[in-house]
Parts: sequence; structure tokens; C-alpha cells
Amino acid sequence: MEEIIQHLTPILRDIWGYIFPNEIELHWGILIVLYPYLTGLVAGAFILASLVKVFNVKELQPTYRLAMLTALAFLIIAPLPLLGHLGHPERSYEIFLTPNSASAMAMFGFVYAWYLMAVLCLEIWFEYRKDIILWAQKGKGLMKWIHKIISLFSHDISEKAIKFDKKWVKIVTIIGIPSAFLLHGYVGFIFGSVKANPWWSSVLMPIVFLFSAIVSGIAMVLIIYMVVTPFRGKSLDIECLDKLASYLFYVMIIDFSLEALDFVHRVYESEESIKILAYLVSDKLFISLVVIQLIMGMIIPLGMIALIKIMKSPPELKKMIYFIAAILVEIGIFTTRWNIVIGGQLFSKSFRGLTVYKMTFFGLEGLLAGLAILSFPFIILFLLTKILPPWEDAKTTNELSL
Amino acid sequence: MENNLIQIDKKVERRSFLKKLAVVALAPLTVRILASDDGKLKKVKKWILDNGYIPGDHKWGMGIDIGKCIGCGRCADACKNENGVPREPFFFRTWVERYNIYENGDIKVDSPNGAIDGFEYIPSKNKMLRSFFVPKICNHCDNPPCVQVCPVGATFKSEDGVVLVDTDYCIGCRYCIQACPYGARFLHPEKLTAEKCTFCYHRIVQDKLPACVEVCPTQTRIFGELNKKASPLVRFLRMNKIGVLKPSLNTEPKVFYANLDMEVK
Repeated sequence: MEEIIQHLTPILRDIWGYIFPNEIELHWGILIVLYPYLTGLVAGAFILASLVKVFNVKELQPTYRLAMLTALAFLIIAPLPLLGHLGHPERSYEIFLTPNSASAMAMFGFVYAWYLMAVLCLEIWFEYRKDIILWAQKGKGLMKWIHKIISLFSHDISEKAIKFDKKWVKIVTIIGIPSAFLLHGYVGFIFGSVKANPWWSSVLMPIVFLFSAIVSGIAMVLIIYMVVTPFRGKSLDIECLDKLASYLFYVMIIDFSLEALDFVHRVYESEESIKILAYLVSDKLFISLVVIQLIMGMIIPLGMIALIKIMKSPPELKKMIYFIAAILVEIGIFTTRWNIVIGGQLFSKSFRGLTVYKMTFFGLEGLLAGLAILSFPFIILFLLTKILPPWEDAKTTNELSL
Repeated sequence: MENNLIQIDKKVERRSFLKKLAVVALAPLTVRILASDDGKLKKVKKWILDNGYIPGDHKWGMGIDIGKCIGCGRCADACKNENGVPREPFFFRTWVERYNIYENGDIKVDSPNGAIDGFEYIPSKNKMLRSFFVPKICNHCDNPPCVQVCPVGATFKSEDGVVLVDTDYCIGCRYCIQACPYGARFLHPEKLTAEKCTFCYHRIVQDKLPACVEVCPTQTRIFGELNKKASPLVRFLRMNKIGVLKPSLNTEPKVFYANLDMEVK
């Protein structure tokens, strides 16, 4: 109690105009910013992976398994910020047991479980089954047993069985694409369906969420691939990078168009809330929305990739530009989430005032906790790559290369 | 009265039968939860029976005459005392706003400490066009967005139209706070569950008025039945030009304002 009062009292001085007294406490903080960011990475990485299996984009094969594991690592952590944010996390199981069917949020548990169990785990299992069996045969000690257990003690690697696996990988991927759309479109719907909040309330929200998710997923896989490969002493597949950058570019164009449409639509309709929203954008969100999200996270990387594609550049320059562009995009998408979640709470529903968001350093809703949660998926991904090496060489030689 | 008791008994019987069915269907998962739920149900039943209160027989609402409010803030103060709302200026079930509208088009709105300590005069070079006070409270919407979004159904519309929160059930996700267009909800800083005006439910089931209505020195607030012709609220609705807050959102508020100004949102 004391902590909340101490946190809220100085905010009183920073309020501009009039806000309802209950609005002084900003209810969704950094943890809720992380949630759509993490699920977005899941959906994006999965859709990237599905390009290989469903649309036969052969160039992306080197990142296929990596993308699947990235999706899994981020999905495992995605509920954590939600749980940490609840006033009563010990009651969270009620969402599964007595969900309110009218609530968008109540569907979270089901969409999540479906995606984790029916899509990601299943596809990874079918994809890896043959390799896991071979690793279990050749491995020693603990790893042998881990592989034996996750192969669910299957040992059929006949041609027929492998054909069956391949068929099912494809089927699950085909089911997986709409599921990934559902997973992240649904997160967009949680915000887009709040009619009380004109910054959120938009039918485009799920679609904007989705495409920005694909953008962030592709960029993240590109970053991880570019960081990890040199560490393994291997060389980067430049064709794969080119393809990744191309897809990143196309999806960013779609994302940019959608967000531009949303912007133009708002300005053109010019509803009751337009004045306060204009003030919000030009004042409180100027740095994070205009400078970071739009210029740094969208226009500059788009320009960089376009330039490198138009001019014939040496591979080393290409790699550097792709890497920098992907990092910028990743920062840009994070601020997109920030601007939606935090931005939507900075103006009063009286449309007469603005408040501020002051993040603490310590505490569950603090910067430190946010960074910790953000680092967990990478730790999990590291462990996953130990158990299920996603590298092409591990697959062909049937040996653990790490 | 006896009829009513039989009715309630029948309802409870039917409900427990349905629950037994559910137990059979989802036995391992739900037994514990329903067991505790049954206990709660019995408590609620006893309490309602003791009070002879049948929710289905009522439909509650409130009328607020802006022309009468003097901004004394006694309502906000009484509400905090009656309902144990934290005294800090960040948590309100009801509060009073002051509107100063000047000739040059400037509008100043404020509600220092929800009006509990009164209002200070704001010196201004501009000439005042009009000024008034607006008490705010949960609108107990008939189409409540907060109820729609609650993931576990902890907040609900009672049969008598009052929107309530089951604090034993609320998980504290704050989605309802985001969904409320009126800023009428907050998270209790100690209980960590959603809080809001209940029309002083513990009082109205005993035929008493909500605390804010009781203490208002100018009878700005009229509480009563919406479906009974003789109720003072129905008379209020008949005698005044009535407006509700944010009608475009289709929340169908059951708090009705007389003399509502276009600047009030």
C-alpha cells in the first residue's frame, strides 16, 4: 500500500489537464508491453518457418528448425508477464475452469494451449523424430535418456515412417498458419475491442498486430541466426540471409501500409477523441512513436534494405546492413507495443488530460523484472538448441555438433 | 414473503442439481472448487433470506440533478467511510467534478481529492460563462463493458441491475478497469482486486439508501426503482430532461443526469 502511494503521489504533479481520479494509477505497465511483444515473436517465427514447409522456400531451410525452436522458447515464456501482472496469480487457473465466454481475455488459455500442444510441440516432434531416435541411439548418459523420452520411445525410422512424419509436418504447418494468425490476431483483439479507449478501439488492430508480429519474428530469427552461426565457427548462408531480408522487407511494407491506413483513417474521421490523441502523439509519444517506431524502426531499415537490394553490394556489407536493419526493426516493434499499451493509458477517458508513466527499477512491474523476462526466452532457446540442435550439419551427420 | 422464500429455495435446488450434473461431468477438476462454491452459496442464501430481499423484484438506478449539486463533496467522503475505500486521492467509488467554462471557450475541469476537501477558487482573467458540479459514480450500465471483458466472470450484473465484483473470485487482471469508459473502477491497493460502486448493496438490500444519497444536503442524488411508477426515481425521470454519459458507446447507463452539459464526458 505504502509503495503504491509513494509511487502515485509525485505523478499528481505531472498530470496535464483533467484526468479521472481513478486514472492516476496506470494499470497495465511494462509486463503487459512484453506480452504482445513475446507472442508476436512466436507467431512471426512460426510463420517464417512455415514458408519453408508450405510454400517451399528452399533458401530458408537453414533457419527452419531455428525458427521453430525460437517460437517455442518465446511461447513458453509468453504467459509469464501476464501471470506476474495479476493481482492474484494463484487464482489464474479460474480462466481455464470457469472462463467467461464473452471475454476475449478468457480465450487466452485455450488459444495458448492449442498453439503450444497442437501446433508447435507436434510439429517439432514430427520434424525431429527421426533425428531424435538417431541421437538417442548414438548418445550417451543423460542426453541419451532425454532424447529417448522426447522421442516418446518410438524407434521406427523406416522410409514409410519418415514419409508419414513429413506428411504430418506439412499438415500441422497448414493448421499452424491460421493458428498463428489466431494467436496474435487474438492479442490484437484484446486491445482492439475496448470501445472505451479510442487509441485501441480499431478493427485493424488484430491485423496490424499480426503483420508487426511477422516483421518482428523474421527479424528475430535473422538476428539469432547471424549471432549464433559465427559462434559455432560456421559461415552464414548468404542466400538464406537475402531471402530473409526480402521477406522482412515485403512484410514491413504491408505493416507500414496498414499503420498508415489506420493513421489516415483516424485523422480523416476526426472523431471526438482526435484532439487529445493528436496531443498525445505530438507530445508524450513523440520520441517513442515518431522518432523510434516510425523513423528508426520502419523508414530507416526499409531504406537500408532497399538500397542494398538495388545496388550490388559485397556480401560482407550486406550482412552488416541486414543485421543493423533487423536490430532497428526489433527495437521499432518493441516500441510499437509500448506505444499501444502505454500510449493507450496516457490520456484520460475524459479526453481532457494526459498523465505520465513512471517505470520503477525494482519490483515486479519494474525495468529489471522486464529485462529478466525478456532474457528468459533466450536462455530457453539456448537449452533447446542443446537438446534439439537445429543446425543443418547436426541433421545430416546425425551427430551432436555442439 | 413465504412465496418468495419458496421461490428462492426452488432456484437454489435447481442450481445445486445443475452443479451436481457438472460434478459428474468434470469430476476430478471441479470437485474442490464447487465444494467451496457451495459453502459460499449457502452463506449468500442465508444472508438474502435473513433480509427478505429478492433481487429479481428490483431494478435499481440513480438520478443526479446537476443543477442542485453544490460541490461539497460529502457524498465522496461518506462513500469512503461507508465502504472502506482507501483515503488516498487515487481511489474513488464516487467523486465530484467542477466545470468552469469561460467566455473565450476555455474549459477547466478539476476534482481535487474527489471534492472531499471542497474546491478552491481559481482566479482567471477570463469571464466565466457557466460553472457547475457533476457527481460521478459507476453507471451500472445495462450493457456493461466491464462485465463483458472479465475473463473469469468475477464481475457480474445482478438480477436487480447492480454491477458487482466478487472479490473472492477476481484475479486482478484489470481488464475491467480498462474497459470502463467512465473511470469508475480501480484496483484496491491492499486486496489487489477490482473495486467499484455497489450502490451500497449491503444497505439497499435492507431498504436503506446508498451512503452518498443519504448524506447529500441538496438531494442532488435520487436513488430508487426504475420499474415502479411510484418510485422517486421514476418521478425524477418524468419531470426532467435527462441525459446519460457517453451515450454513443451504447453502455445503457442506469445513472441519469438532469441538466447535463455537453462538456461533461
